[in-house]
Amino acid sequence: MTGNTYGTPLPGMPKHRLTGRLIVVEGADGSGRTTEVGMLKEWLEVQGHAVVDTGLRRSTLVSEQIDQAKQGHTLAPTTMALFYAVDFADQLENKIIPAMSAGSTVLADRYIYTLMARAIARGASREWAQELYQFALVPDLVVFLEARTDILLHRAIMKYGSLDYWESGMDLSLSPDRFDSFFLYQDRLRKEFEWMAKPYGFHFIDANRHPDTVHSDVKRIVAPLYLKPSDRASRGRKAAAAPVPTSRAPSTAPA
Amino acid sequence: MIPETPSPTHGYPGRLLVFEGLDGSGKSTQARLIGKWLQSRGYRVFFTEWNSSDLVASTIRRGKKKGLLTATTFSLLHATDFADRFERQILPPLRAGYVVICDRYVYTAFVRDAARGCDPNWVRNIYSFAPRPDRTFYFQVPVQVTLDRKIASRSKISYYEAGMDLGLADDVTESFERFQGRLKRQYDLLATSDHFTLIDAGRPVEPVQNQLRRELRPLLERFPTVESLIHDG
Repeated sequence: MTGNTYGTPLPGMPKHRLTGRLIVVEGADGSGRTTEVGMLKEWLEVQGHAVVDTGLRRSTLVSEQIDQAKQGHTLAPTTMALFYAVDFADQLENKIIPAMSAGSTVLADRYIYTLMARAIARGASREWAQELYQFALVPDLVVFLEARTDILLHRAIMKYGSLDYWESGMDLSLSPDRFDSFFLYQDRLRKEFEWMAKPYGFHFIDANRHPDTVHSDVKRIVAPLYLKPSDRASRGRKAAAAPVPTSRAPSTAPA
Repeated sequence: MIPETPSPTHGYPGRLLVFEGLDGSGKSTQARLIGKWLQSRGYRVFFTEWNSSDLVASTIRRGKKKGLLTATTFSLLHATDFADRFERQILPPLRAGYVVICDRYVYTAFVRDAARGCDPNWVRNIYSFAPRPDRTFYFQVPVQVTLDRKIASRSKISYYEAGMDLGLADDVTESFERFQGRLKRQYDLLATSDHFTLIDAGRPVEPVQNQLRRELRPLLERFPTVESLIHDG
């Protein structure tokens, strides 16, 4: 990781190379994302890598305030989207960048992609969301756990006994029925993740399967990130060691 | 009933008037007087200020104490706050056909964020949900005037008002002066790009107020008063 961002870097971004790695795991609630993050962290630590985990709504600055706002269901979509952006920026500057500067691996349980998809599902334009998060670091790897909506539903009911208000997109008034709303909302999110997949380089993993099987697949794509440059060269992976320009994906992103 | 003369600028039936300028440029006084005048002429007027909500104000206090705030989070927090104010306070009266008077609008964020080093295009995109005003009055004054007024009023210069977070100077007054200078340069740039109506705010209150009223008359020509709504409706 060289510290590339999708667009103009933030004021105050370190000029030095970030030696740590950034691995993102994305996927809907019930895709087994959190389970996989736990297993991946354990596996990386056993291999001797320092891991710092991060996720949404975990900033020191505003996580509590966002929780409060969610309880009341009172904030309008743009306000909520920006509030999440504060949370993300705070974690990026105060947690992700320092950890990567120190050579640690940052393991992100969800990243800007979920935030963008949610904002767009609530009426923001794709351009607005992309531009808003252009300051984000380009991860070394984005693993996307993809599970069918009926499996997500099944897992949500097994876990909570009900469907979450926000994960069902109830604030969107797609349907007064939470069950119907859940399907409609998850479809909308899926549509957004689909167009992001290419410009943002998602690695899709079939998450309809057992967590152990999913984990084996994830390990297989994570492992090459930790090969020494010499190993990479011998395997003919020149591209991975070559310097990367400051701005990447969005130039190829659809307008 | 909703009047049938939507603004060509934003498409809402109301009118959006914005007052911008440095602290102490007299814009708040003038905005209030314009509000009174419009009300007395029978228009429905709604007045809003660039006030932080409790949520954001307390977050900024906390962040400052813990040394967490950066130019980016500072900018995004204010954007969140403005979005909330916009969606709750500004948009409903605008849609209901009010003359909405904003004592500071998105331009305040543009100049402050740019002065703190944020990418201006990034900031502009964030605020792109806010419509372009029908008229923006920019109260132009030399930095020295705002400093003199600040000192005369004996009000304490706040940390962020002085841009102390930028480390421009150790002394609050000196930092304030430099920071306000940066803001003024940004305002002057926006004056051209965003078609501000320049107001020479170095003059006494009355001539400035008269100029504003003259400027506003054509804008309100076919704009219905409460009276006309009742009679015609």
